[in-house]
Amino acid sequence: MSEAISVPARPIRSASRVTPVTIFLWGLRIAALAVILYGSYQSISSGRLSGAQWRDLLIFGTSTGSVFALIALGYTMVYGVLRFINFAHGEVFMVGAMMAFYVANGLAATSLWIASPFVSLLIVFIAAMTTSASLAVLLERIAYRPLRNAPRLIPLITSIGASFTIQYLVSGLVGPSTKDFPRMEPLRGTINVAGSLIPTSRVVVIVVTVIVMIALYLFVERTRTGKSMRAVSEDQETAALMGIDVNRTIVTVFAVGGAMAGVAGALWGLVFPSLNYFSGFLPGIKAFTAAVLGGIGNILGAMLGGVSLGVVESIGPSLVLAGYDIPAFSQLKDVVAYAALVMVLIFRPTGILGERLSRDRT
Amino acid sequence: MTKRRIHMLAVLGALALILAACGGGTSATTADGVTTTVGGDVTTTLADTSTTMADTSTTMAAGELGVIEIAAGDPIKIASLQAISGDVASLGLDQVRGIEIAIANKGEIAGHSIELAFNEDDLCNSEGGQTGATRIIADPQVVAVIGTSCSGAGVPASNVITSAGRILISGSNTSPVLTSDLAGNESAEHHDGYYRTAHNDAIQGAAAAKFVFEELGLTQVATINDGDPYTQGLTSAFEGPFEELGGTIVLSTAVTADQTDMTTPLTEASAAGAELIFFPIFQPAGDFIPEQAPSIAGLEDVVLMGADGLLSDTYVTLPQSEGMYFSGPTTPTTPAYEDFVTQYEEEYGEPPIQSFHAHAFDAANMVFTAIETIAQMSGDTLVIDLQALRDELGSMTYEGLTGTLSCDEFGDCAAPSINIMQNTEAEADIEAVRGNVLVTYTREDLGL
Repeated sequence: MSEAISVPARPIRSASRVTPVTIFLWGLRIAALAVILYGSYQSISSGRLSGAQWRDLLIFGTSTGSVFALIALGYTMVYGVLRFINFAHGEVFMVGAMMAFYVANGLAATSLWIASPFVSLLIVFIAAMTTSASLAVLLERIAYRPLRNAPRLIPLITSIGASFTIQYLVSGLVGPSTKDFPRMEPLRGTINVAGSLIPTSRVVVIVVTVIVMIALYLFVERTRTGKSMRAVSEDQETAALMGIDVNRTIVTVFAVGGAMAGVAGALWGLVFPSLNYFSGFLPGIKAFTAAVLGGIGNILGAMLGGVSLGVVESIGPSLVLAGYDIPAFSQLKDVVAYAALVMVLIFRPTGILGERLSRDRT
Repeated sequence: MTKRRIHMLAVLGALALILAACGGGTSATTADGVTTTVGGDVTTTLADTSTTMADTSTTMAAGELGVIEIAAGDPIKIASLQAISGDVASLGLDQVRGIEIAIANKGEIAGHSIELAFNEDDLCNSEGGQTGATRIIADPQVVAVIGTSCSGAGVPASNVITSAGRILISGSNTSPVLTSDLAGNESAEHHDGYYRTAHNDAIQGAAAAKFVFEELGLTQVATINDGDPYTQGLTSAFEGPFEELGGTIVLSTAVTADQTDMTTPLTEASAAGAELIFFPIFQPAGDFIPEQAPSIAGLEDVVLMGADGLLSDTYVTLPQSEGMYFSGPTTPTTPAYEDFVTQYEEEYGEPPIQSFHAHAFDAANMVFTAIETIAQMSGDTLVIDLQALRDELGSMTYEGLTGTLSCDEFGDCAAPSINIMQNTEAEADIEAVRGNVLVTYTREDLGL
């Protein structure tokens, strides 16, 4: 710095960098870190929860976060190609879960459910994926394609309208009462994971999510369709000039995002076996948060953001809030989740992995 | 000149009436002989009423809340404000049916038919209570409102409806916050003109605490509420007596009403060493606690207990609610109640779906009886004086399906006893669970 002062042009630049806003932001960052560290120190040193219990919370958080991550993929992929947030995606998830419920309910009445749980689960997953993917494609065709060249705010508002429409259509079709997902005996037990007993359903969620995500990653990075998806998200016009069918690619993006939401819906039904027409709202908002957390438009970011959000939500209240003796802190888990989003955006305004946008659009 | 004289007379009359009505305010005569009144919002009322007093002074004399006049041939309007959608719909629907039966059985009052003019949804939250109540009082002919289903909706509804001079009488609000703690202390949200035929949760909490401590012999309890006045009121009504008995509340925490992942509060409960979890919340959050509790290390054998908010057909049929204990109001066993249930089944094709149908039936009938007693004919018109209606409801003794109802000064009318029930494998529906009574506590048993 002292060298820089001797050069006439430099001091002005460095002086302009240290504005009151920068100082304020750094103060905020340090204060936020101090609050988190002190709270964590307090609650860990109190020894209230044992090491095994912290680990359990971590695994529970990871499994809920996996579902968020799967839903977040749909938000982030659509944002990647069309630059708008599809708020109806939470409902695509809910419809997948509903379909999973009806198929599972039907299968539970047959001997297949007990004789061959794996095949039954596979059927449930395929049904949920197909339904959600079809719904997403239908949404794109009816609600978003006619607005392709409209200002970005228009499809955003449309998606909110579509979200309500789907919610109340489902409520009208299947009734507003809560549906109780049938239990699958093999999933009711526990599995010994690194010394702690974890419910099998939670482990299944994590395993299925990992498989699906690897498959998606390979699809996007290694196939022709994946390549055209990346090209369209980079620059639609140039991609069209290179002979890529943009409409077809966008439909594929919606279908893949919808299928991911369908898997998420079926998994949600396994872990939280009560659902109604409104069940998609909160997970949808959480997944959107996860997508922003990881860096919107970034597929790896959505995966990472979802899992981190689930873990923060699960551990955060016990770790940070309990340290300050806040009464009924577990009620504040949503607050913790959104506070975590703010924290990450303070430190990295584009999310954990950064927004992946083509240069001409940023 | 004569016009001016009438005007002056009217002003004087208004002054006199307001002074008479406002006994609580302090009045002082100043040196120059002008009477000034301090207290309440009398001064503003004075300015507003002075011009119109000539027309209303005759009716105002009847009572400060005004009157409702029902012309010959017009119906007497009653409103319902109940939770009739979502997961708590059975709680409200059960009571709407009770009200409908009460209206059908009563037929008419003094030659006027009774009309259920509103069937509003209280949404089981404060927004629903506020909106529904505001919509109802916009109709000046509505005499009384039967509702709300949920105490959370009752808090704003009680304020809005009683401020408009009307009656709010509930068949299922149980939070102590709406009346008193039963020890003579008025609660923050109590308003004159609010009554209820349901029990006060000070009793239910004490009954649940006594059962857990004495019958189950458990001393380490965690409570979970969802921040709603009903659930919060009931957990604190449980915690006080339980600690007095010698038990320990190891954790008192809360979830949100739409929360699905309960692992954090449950892990905390496990770490705190809870032997029993008392969670008097609603569906859907109530579904997930028994679903997830057995999978938490340390909670494999935890005992679970809910309250009347979960005592519905949609809840007790869930596989995870098997083995749970519930507290709730006693089911009447009188022949009159049997007849009522028969009529209910004939009308709606199913047995009662929740616990408060008879309470709502009694609430409606109390209002009808009170109107019958105080309504006066003035020519062809039936005149209902709202203050007299309140006085009558507050002082009457009514033999209802749920027992002898007689309101205390804070609007608690029930003489309740609380049942503790269990949902075991043998109980397939809500009727069976409500029949599987382990213990019954009366108010005397609990020393309240």
